[in-house]
Amino acid sequence: MRARWALLHVEARTPVGSLELNLDVHASDGECVALAGPSGAGKTSALRVAAGLLRPQAGRVACGDDVWLDTGARVDVPPERRRCGFLFQDYALFPHLSALDNVAYAMADVPRAERAQRAHDLLERFGLGDRGDARPRSLSGGERQRVALARALARQPRALLLDEPLSALDARTRAGATRELAATLRATPVPTLLVTHDFAEAARLADRVVVVDEGRAVQTGTAAELAARPASAFVADFTGAVVLTGIARAATGGGTVVDLDGGGSATSSDEAAGPVAVRVHPWEIAVEPAGSEPAGSPVNRLPATVESVTVVGSRARVGLVAGQPLAAEITTASAERLGLAPGVRVVATWKATATRLVSA
Amino acid sequence: MTAFRALLVAAVAIALTFLTLPVVAIFVDTSPGDLIASLGDGEARDALLLSLETTTIAVALIVAVATPAAWFLATRAFPGKAVVVTLVELPLVLPPAVAGIGLLAAAGPQGIVGGVVGDSLVLQTAGVVVALTFVAAPFYLRQAQAAFAAIDPALLEASRTLGAGEARTFARVAVPTAMPGLAAGLALAWGRALGEFGATLMFAGSFRGVTQTAPLAIYDQFATDFPAALALSAVLVCVSAALLLSVKLMTGAGPLGVAAR
Repeated sequence: MRARWALLHVEARTPVGSLELNLDVHASDGECVALAGPSGAGKTSALRVAAGLLRPQAGRVACGDDVWLDTGARVDVPPERRRCGFLFQDYALFPHLSALDNVAYAMADVPRAERAQRAHDLLERFGLGDRGDARPRSLSGGERQRVALARALARQPRALLLDEPLSALDARTRAGATRELAATLRATPVPTLLVTHDFAEAARLADRVVVVDEGRAVQTGTAAELAARPASAFVADFTGAVVLTGIARAATGGGTVVDLDGGGSATSSDEAAGPVAVRVHPWEIAVEPAGSEPAGSPVNRLPATVESVTVVGSRARVGLVAGQPLAAEITTASAERLGLAPGVRVVATWKATATRLVSA
Repeated sequence: MTAFRALLVAAVAIALTFLTLPVVAIFVDTSPGDLIASLGDGEARDALLLSLETTTIAVALIVAVATPAAWFLATRAFPGKAVVVTLVELPLVLPPAVAGIGLLAAAGPQGIVGGVVGDSLVLQTAGVVVALTFVAAPFYLRQAQAAFAAIDPALLEASRTLGAGEARTFARVAVPTAMPGLAAGLALAWGRALGEFGATLMFAGSFRGVTQTAPLAIYDQFATDFPAALALSAVLVCVSAALLLSVKLMTGAGPLGVAAR
């Protein structure tokens, strides 16, 4: 009987350059698990261990009932017999083969007569039915990514390994490609490991996110859980939240006051004591003119100086400095109304209930 | 034009003149009539045919053995690799006379493998092939090793994850991807084999129809019949140039350097 839980299980303990990789991740049937974290954290190495392209000092890789690697039992199945589809960061399409032949390359166990048709059908599925004769160099970035994905799926893999599948694309192509990749992953009933340095990408594509830092998993959960309850300042920062450090003490009327490093204080409804990180999302921070009177419920008021204003559509991201850097996301209209520009003095405000305290 | 740029242009002009003048002189001194007459001459024709035959066999042997050897050297790390690479490159810098003596000492009737080969090589056509292979192989091996080492490792890894073992990866991905570099190495080796003189003369001798290749025939004729030697030289220039040009056209590679990517 096939195990329904932890269909793909990757365990690796090994030095990689100066990094000490120590990861244990699993993905079940049809589940996409993101390994997310800064570059150099060891995410790609974990993927290479799964595919058999990197042999760890100690580790175990199993897919269903098949053991692909078990250093203790001296099992090490070569990559060509591991049946996993690997999408390389720069796609690694064979430059001397057409798109069709790139896909057909993975079909060595399909009868020769059927290969071209099967490869064509697969390209058709990715909207590339008329691009089969094209060489990789004449394909656009988005087309190359889809050929590589079709090629990775051509062998009907038992597991899918995606290394930064979208980072080689320009911003314009990326949105559409992300949507298509999400649809492909939903339609592919195999465990998938996805490596990304972009939390937003992990949130869009993965069912579960493992945040990796310096070779270790620092927190695992859904993207929403990580954003709502980051276990550390590192995770909070990685999810795109504003993180301010300080020392917490109990407030007189309940709740907690944090004396921020670099001046100012913040109030939270969480309970904590000692060194903490204050986490607040940029869209929960409002910006008011300097010297304005408190209005409404926000209890946290921090005088700050505008450092930058970046407009993206109807939203503006305002970079602020108040002892420590923070950022607010407000509407473009209010940014204009407030006359925000670098150097302008303002007050950043947010609610105590939107302020999470996590161990620093 | 700056002074430095003038200097660069002058350097190119000097190099071009110096390197092409002897070649041009061969054609200036040879009338088309002489050229055709020399091809009708039995000695010249025998020499050219023998050169074609022996260089083709030598290059085929080199490609068959040195291609997988170069792949091994380019993809593996092992103790003593630097020594192995240096040893197989040694014939590149070996004086041809030393190569000839070395071949006699190794494969002559009294040589260290003389008991095995007997007198099947010395003064025989097979001996010519051995001499050509010895001096030309390092040119191909070196170039092939560099071409394999320059392949993006992700291509080879992709092939493995797509179900191809190392042998299929080598044949279907590595060789086609490295083809411009391999072809350049082949042209260099062929050119070197075609011009081989010293080692062939010492090891195989210069017997018309058996071991007298085109360069040996030129040497044989130049004292007695200079125009005939010139005509034969002109033919060799044409063959060499055609070889160079055809490889460039076939591969679209740049001038015989490392593979153009």
